[in-house]
Amino acid sequence: MDAIGESGKKLKSIQDQSFFKRIPNDWRRNKGVYLLAMLPMLYYIIFRYTPMFGLVIAFKRFTPGGGIWGSPWAGLANFKMFFGSYYFWRLVSNTFLLSFYNLIWGFPIPIIFALLLNELKSSRFKKAVQTITYMPHFISMVVICGIVLNFVSQNGLITSLLSYLGMPANNLLLDARNFRTVYIASGIWQEMGWSSIIYIAAISGLDQEIYDAATVDGAGRWRKILHVTLPGILPTIVILLILRIGAMMNIGFEKIILLYNPSIYDSADVISSFVYRKGIIQADYSYSTTVGLFNSVINLFLLICANMLSRKVNDTSLW
Amino acid sequence: MEKAFNCINIALMMVCIIATLYPLAYVLFASFSVPSQLVRHTGILLHPLGFTLAAYKLVLANPFISSGYLNTIFIVVVGSGINITLTAMLAYVLSRKRLLWGPIIMGAVMFTMFFDGGMIPSFLLVKNLGLLDSLFSVILPSAINTMNLIILRTFFQSIPESLEESARIDGASDIVILTRIILPLSRAAIAVIVLYYAVSHWNSWFSASIYIRKRTLFPLQLILREILITNSNESMTVDSQASNIAELEVILRYAAIVVSTVPILLLYPFLQKYFVKGVMIGAVKG
Repeated sequence: MDAIGESGKKLKSIQDQSFFKRIPNDWRRNKGVYLLAMLPMLYYIIFRYTPMFGLVIAFKRFTPGGGIWGSPWAGLANFKMFFGSYYFWRLVSNTFLLSFYNLIWGFPIPIIFALLLNELKSSRFKKAVQTITYMPHFISMVVICGIVLNFVSQNGLITSLLSYLGMPANNLLLDARNFRTVYIASGIWQEMGWSSIIYIAAISGLDQEIYDAATVDGAGRWRKILHVTLPGILPTIVILLILRIGAMMNIGFEKIILLYNPSIYDSADVISSFVYRKGIIQADYSYSTTVGLFNSVINLFLLICANMLSRKVNDTSLW
Repeated sequence: MEKAFNCINIALMMVCIIATLYPLAYVLFASFSVPSQLVRHTGILLHPLGFTLAAYKLVLANPFISSGYLNTIFIVVVGSGINITLTAMLAYVLSRKRLLWGPIIMGAVMFTMFFDGGMIPSFLLVKNLGLLDSLFSVILPSAINTMNLIILRTFFQSIPESLEESARIDGASDIVILTRIILPLSRAAIAVIVLYYAVSHWNSWFSASIYIRKRTLFPLQLILREILITNSNESMTVDSQASNIAELEVILRYAAIVVSTVPILLLYPFLQKYFVKGVMIGAVKG
């Protein structure tokens, strides 16, 4: 009690003390609650935290006999090898570029789609459009990629349609220049509707009176979209954009390793797919863990920056 | 002006509908087409070229398609059961106020959303636990999805405290409060979370591809990957009498897509509102 007015340091130590002092009492009162937490916490410890300790093999030369703890230390040798390798810049730039183009194309389209959908007069037609465009989200990645591979093969649907426009009828995914387009376009096809839900929800939360006032002021449909709806959902747009930027280097490898082939690694191979190939296929555990750790650290850094930015701009943050 | 806007807008939406549905229709038409005609055809299909069920006969006769279905159903049912049990338990704990360790547990849980051990340490863990070549290697490492946990916790927090306080005065334990009061009041949210888990199990293939070697334990998506992506002939018991195996393979792929995707797409219209609801709950604090 007499800590009030004293130095912060002393205050903190008293708070710490009281935390430990409060433990027995808290346990007695909430034993039932903590017992419920045991099993889930065990899960987090075993399956989420134990692998983090496994990251030490990035600093070791992993041998099957030695395992994670018995293998000899290698210091920063794995990191030096990665930073000096021919793959380093290719992987970093492929990861960044795929993410960047995906953001440029994939981010605005659901917003435009939600804005246009909102302008539909018939609510039944609106429902139908929503139901149909949400659907591809539920088709599995393997099936989507299977369809894509068939459609862009030599006499597939998309290749043959493009050949009518004068393009040569070759398998699109045998040319490194096409990979990003195929990856991003198929992603938009699959996720455009689903990603728009959050904007549709934001739009439906806007105050109808603002629209009425705009009508009184003589604003047409187009002006209302630009000056009422769009500013209204801007906070949602900004926070989703910041989150996307925070996940910039965190691109999933599942779709990539289903779509790519060795002839297009020049544009298709990203950090996480490289980790998969080195680690799982070639069983080079230490080196691939090093590359993966490098990627995780960058992801964490970008996320922290994005979160700080979000706190500044929007007063909302992840933590 | 107003009219032109509406017309263009409706036209654009029609384009979206066609662009979404046509690829699926193409797959359906192609799966019924006679292979020799399909191989020579280019451009769009508006109906099957000829009609044959040969591909479906082969797909349905493939023992790995049926074992894949059974494995996937096991993973979906048992996995989602474990998922929702553990998620609800921890979500309940984290929704309690005045819990000394609450913020610490929450912090530890949230941290795993931003940093993890990555692919290889996780693989070594599953290997060291002796889970390789067991369906539990797919189920246990993803027993709780932290995003789903937070959605459920947010929902639990919205339940008025007065309801459980009266039960507590009557001497109800935490397990009783969770199962008799909280869960019945959260049926909609529980349904959403179970669906999210079930869909992710249904679609998942990657962990099975690194943890499971025995073909009889492969989930459906892994069998599909062999048929559609790696084009391995092993999982196809191609009829030796079929004159041209390469031609048949093309429609076989389309038929495999139809057989594996139609059940989901038939269920989807009934479940859609729950999924959308999930996005809304998640958007509150996500």
